[in-house]
Amino acid sequence: MHVDPLEKKWAVLTVSLMILSMIILGFFALEAHIRPPSNVETIDSTRLHLTEEFAEDNLGVKTAADGTVHVTMVAARYGFFPREVVVPQGVPVTIRIASADVLHGLHAPGTNFNTMVVPGYVSQLTTEFPRAGEYPVMCNEFCGLGHDYMWSRLKVVPKDEFQANG
Amino acid sequence: MVNSETRGLVLAHFWVAFLAFVAAALLGLYQVAERSGLFPALESNVLYFGSVSTHGVLMGFVLTTFFAMGFGYYCASQSLGRPIWNRGMAWFGFWLSLVGTAMAAVALLSGQASVLYTFYPPLQASPLFYLGATLLVVGSWFWCLEMVMTMRAWKRDNPGKPVPLAMFGNAVNGTLWFVTSLGVALEVLFQLLPWSLGLKETVDVGLARTLFSWTLHAIVYFWLLPAYIALYTLVPKAAGGRLFSDEMARIAFIMLLVFGIPIGFHHLYMDPFQAAGWKFLHMTGTFMVAVPSFLTAFTVTASLELAGRLRGGKGLFGWIAALPWTNPIVLAGILSLLLLSVGGFGGIINASYSMNSLVHNTQWVTGHFHLIFAGTSVIMYFGIAYYVWPRLTGKPLFSERLARVQLWSWAIGMVVLTFPWHALGLQGQPRRISATPYDSPLVATWQLNEILMIVGGIILFISAVLLIVNLAASHGAQGAAEVSGSEFAEPAQPLLRLPGALNGVGFWFVVVAVYMIVSYGYPIAQFFLMETYGAFPWSI
Repeated sequence: MHVDPLEKKWAVLTVSLMILSMIILGFFALEAHIRPPSNVETIDSTRLHLTEEFAEDNLGVKTAADGTVHVTMVAARYGFFPREVVVPQGVPVTIRIASADVLHGLHAPGTNFNTMVVPGYVSQLTTEFPRAGEYPVMCNEFCGLGHDYMWSRLKVVPKDEFQANG
Repeated sequence: MVNSETRGLVLAHFWVAFLAFVAAALLGLYQVAERSGLFPALESNVLYFGSVSTHGVLMGFVLTTFFAMGFGYYCASQSLGRPIWNRGMAWFGFWLSLVGTAMAAVALLSGQASVLYTFYPPLQASPLFYLGATLLVVGSWFWCLEMVMTMRAWKRDNPGKPVPLAMFGNAVNGTLWFVTSLGVALEVLFQLLPWSLGLKETVDVGLARTLFSWTLHAIVYFWLLPAYIALYTLVPKAAGGRLFSDEMARIAFIMLLVFGIPIGFHHLYMDPFQAAGWKFLHMTGTFMVAVPSFLTAFTVTASLELAGRLRGGKGLFGWIAALPWTNPIVLAGILSLLLLSVGGFGGIINASYSMNSLVHNTQWVTGHFHLIFAGTSVIMYFGIAYYVWPRLTGKPLFSERLARVQLWSWAIGMVVLTFPWHALGLQGQPRRISATPYDSPLVATWQLNEILMIVGGIILFISAVLLIVNLAASHGAQGAAEVSGSEFAEPAQPLLRLPGALNGVGFWFVVVAVYMIVSYGYPIAQFFLMETYGAFPWSI
């Protein structure tokens, strides 16, 4: 068994580099709460309309008593409901979304608002939108022949212009 | 020259692989043109998604599986200098995989399996597709067994001697592929097949996606290992040098085997149903798998430097110019390493627990895996083909010049195709779309890159045709091939004794099994511990 000293140094260097990357990513996960949506919660996707939370009348943006903003959405072939969501800039927004049929995914480009929507499970993520503006929210997981046409809008408005219902 | 029994076996595998490849390349050209929206006459979501599904299956499952199998048989018989363990079983595996491929092809081409090569339940395909995919995989299991048994038989007759590196690498790959493919096999046999036959009403999508993730990233190492084996053994020899370190090559193979298998979990970062702690833990494993690629880049570059200096190259960079760039497999090796380093950088972003949010399911990911798959692995398949063809046919290659043009055009085409894709992904374009009908100013920013990707697609398709023409014409070439001596590089330091762990796969098989139970046990078991709701089938 023979390992060249140069090769040993290289191995130590690459392992250290990987460990350093993980420390940086771990730091931001804990410190800045940058983490992927990881909610483990089941739901019967065929009965969304009978649930309290995902019934059509209850979808949309709400502000809780503590000032946090909550968005409830449903993904179904071929649209996200509600079709347009308005949220305030620079405030933590929690989004909960369920699928009524097949797999979907949604992403507002340039933001961390990116999650898979899986039938049988509820997706939940919390993020902040630092820049005001209008973002397309596009389905990014193949869901059928109408997939290309599945998209909606997200509007991020300055905090003082924001008025949530509910 | 290769003995006649092995010759037919290897050529049969390679021809299935490359015919699947050229068909898939044509579909790829159609897809970039259709997707760009610049050719209204081509627009069809039905054809597009059927095409993407076929392209993915042909490239990811057919080309790779048949190539890896053929290459394994070649390395085994050439490096050991004796026939493989059981030739009849090898042919049986070949035919089983071919029948499976044909069944899947019927389903795909008749539009009954446009569910992409990742299956995506609860979209449902014809049972023929699931059955065909299963047979393709089961056929390849005979190859896995052949690799391990051929190595064992040799070791029994040569006690205490180090197994030749090319054989060892293929035995590792056989072990890796067997464990890797179990995930998708479980998904298809226990979930999708009974569900598509109407025996089960619903399917648990969370469980299905978790099982598929088990296969979905480690499969990349199954594709990559033939390329790495060639980089370690064939390329240094062809360049006129030696292998810098045989031991480090073995360590890299084993690290890929152990760390590589569970890391598909990072494909689930954006999924609900798996908890944050598991995702973070799996990120550590995903980062560790970059280490064997760093080691490979070092060892292969050092081996090339040895070759360049032996050929009279001087100074810090002089050895690079002294390399035989005109030799197809050396050229393929250099281009492969270059594209690996670019593609690998993108992979680190994808593997990141947090940064992944920005790029998940965007065209960035498509750019990344085309660089690693086509730019790193498949370009080596070409280099290997050019290298072994004269040894298989007994005739010289039809044209080495054409081979060089083909390799350069493939590498350049890949850059022209995938750099714009990375940019499109950062500009928010989703992957897996057939059109961009979004009413958003964002779409206007995509235009230039969409034109570039078509240019890339055209270059790549021409390159694919050049490969087939050259290989086919070589069968009828005049004269006899000039090949002699051993084709595998000798290590720079003679390999006298090896620890048993670097000379066999049995111990590592157990390590992998334990590691898989630890890392995937609970994430799979949880679906049986909580009340879940299955999904009914949907057509596309």
